[in-house]
Amino acid sequence: MIRHLAGRLGQALVASFGVLTIVFFVMRLSGDPTLLLVPEGATAEQIAALRHALGFDRPLFVQYLSYLADLARLDLGESLVQRSGVAGIVAERIPYTVELAAGALVVALGIGIPAGVAMAVWRGGMVERLLAGFVLTGQSLPTFWSGILLILLFGVHLRWLPTSGADGLSSLVMPAIALGALTMSTFARMTRIAVLDELSRDYVSAARARGLSLGAAVARHVLRNAAIPVVTIAALEVGNLLAGAVIVETVFAWPGIGQLAIQSIAARDFLIVQTVVLFVSVVYIGMNLLADIAYAVIDPRIRLDR
Amino acid sequence: MSDAPALVVENLSLAIGPAGLVDGVGFQVAPGEVMAIVGESGCGKSVTAQAIMRLLPDAIRQTGGRILLGGRDISAIPERAMRAVRGQLMSMIFQEPQAALDPLTTVGSQIAEALRQPLGRVRGEVLRMLRDVGISDPERRIDQHPFELSGGMCQRIMIASALISRPAVLIADEPTTALDVTIQAQILDLLRRLAIERQTAVVLITHDMGVVADIADRVAVMYAGRIAEAGPTAEIFAAPRHPYTALLLASIPRLSDVPKSKLAVIEGRVPSPSEYGPGCRFASRCPRADARCAAETPPLRPLGDGRLTACFHAEAMA
Repeated sequence: MIRHLAGRLGQALVASFGVLTIVFFVMRLSGDPTLLLVPEGATAEQIAALRHALGFDRPLFVQYLSYLADLARLDLGESLVQRSGVAGIVAERIPYTVELAAGALVVALGIGIPAGVAMAVWRGGMVERLLAGFVLTGQSLPTFWSGILLILLFGVHLRWLPTSGADGLSSLVMPAIALGALTMSTFARMTRIAVLDELSRDYVSAARARGLSLGAAVARHVLRNAAIPVVTIAALEVGNLLAGAVIVETVFAWPGIGQLAIQSIAARDFLIVQTVVLFVSVVYIGMNLLADIAYAVIDPRIRLDR
Repeated sequence: MSDAPALVVENLSLAIGPAGLVDGVGFQVAPGEVMAIVGESGCGKSVTAQAIMRLLPDAIRQTGGRILLGGRDISAIPERAMRAVRGQLMSMIFQEPQAALDPLTTVGSQIAEALRQPLGRVRGEVLRMLRDVGISDPERRIDQHPFELSGGMCQRIMIASALISRPAVLIADEPTTALDVTIQAQILDLLRRLAIERQTAVVLITHDMGVVADIADRVAVMYAGRIAEAGPTAEIFAAPRHPYTALLLASIPRLSDVPKSKLAVIEGRVPSPSEYGPGCRFASRCPRADARCAAETPPLRPLGDGRLTACFHAEAMA
């Protein structure tokens, strides 16, 4: 098990390195940031001087190596626009995105998993049809549109919730729902399939033949068995949540790393974009490692396999 | 083997949509007796078992008949009352023991479920039961998971969980089909011994005439949703009085067969429920069939030696 996890960690490092490299070169395809930094009417000499000062006149590969060298010293560099440390700028935004993602995950797990279980257990009935419609809605609404609808209804018409910004729990409600809706639908569908799959197994009939009610058989046996595929999806969905955060944070003016990434891409603030992507990929990889550990906790076949 | 039967099935009929699956099946089992229901796949023997447990798939309905457990009709009692019957008065074991156990739960807790207690409270009782079904080193096995045990051991675990609350009836649905031959014999011996010791009535569902010969006191041969012939195992094996039983017995390969001779087979195939006609359902494959067999259903009638046969030609076979 430990060796397995160490192997996965090694793979994770290689993957992070790959992500970094791709982002580094793709960002530089977007153009030279020097042109956005100089004042209106600067001379060609002034531009060249600034470009030289920032190091953008060096060959791309040299820039890349020097970036890696800085990274190896845990130096994330300075923002081109804000002229202060990238680490501090990004770190300031992270708690907001974590809060938003956690809120969305609460929405997604809290509604999606019970809905999926209910759809499987009451298969073919009214409950399943109603829930299936609800899930399909959550899955079909694009986040940027559902976000605006929520703002119109609860923020503008009913005036129950603030329309934007990050000011306490009440301002988290709408962004968390907008971001969590798609993930909720994914959880509901995956849970339904996993539970249906387990319900058809002999051990469920055997448990019922022992006198357990269907509900008791589900609670005691089915949920734990169905958890394994759902955990896999949960780890992958965290990636979708972080990607979705870019849109939701923009719609709701939520000061997280998604909003920061959009602003920095527009300003060609390379180092901030690279750091945000690095952070997201580390979180994503970390979640998948956590899922590996969760399998072992759930399933003795994995835990005891040495 | 005594007095009042533990289980009586009367005139049981099951249907899926408009198609009848099982048609007027009846039998009874006495305490300590092993009664086998034998037949090809699709003859309705497994759904009969599920119907007795009231664990039929949603699509299949009981359209007639009664199921008397200790004299009480359980075929129409509410599901809540049925839960008090399952595992307590009547239990079931399955074809694939490893699939019938939850892979993530220790075998001890699964056995304890039948007692409706957490394992901690009934550990001693579960250990005793494990010893009784022939599990060696029960103190270690009780906390293991199904994947750490062999198929034979898992079937012993299933038997332990089925019998720990001393039910009057055990339904065994192909309990040895998935096991090696040597393990098969051990499991059958175990079932036989426990049935007698505990005076449990056993309904054994199987397609294997060898298994029937091994342990069944009585046998009911099913064909296409009906009982073709029923009676004491010894008599039926010695002198079958239904052409289907006779052909079934003749199709068992024997060591005394001439090498490379053709295996005896029953020509044709079992009709599906949508093809059931008015007459004898075996008529299309039967060497003795005549016009009457195709037009009229032969009733299941006693032949006097404790045996019932549903064939117009039963006397001619004597």
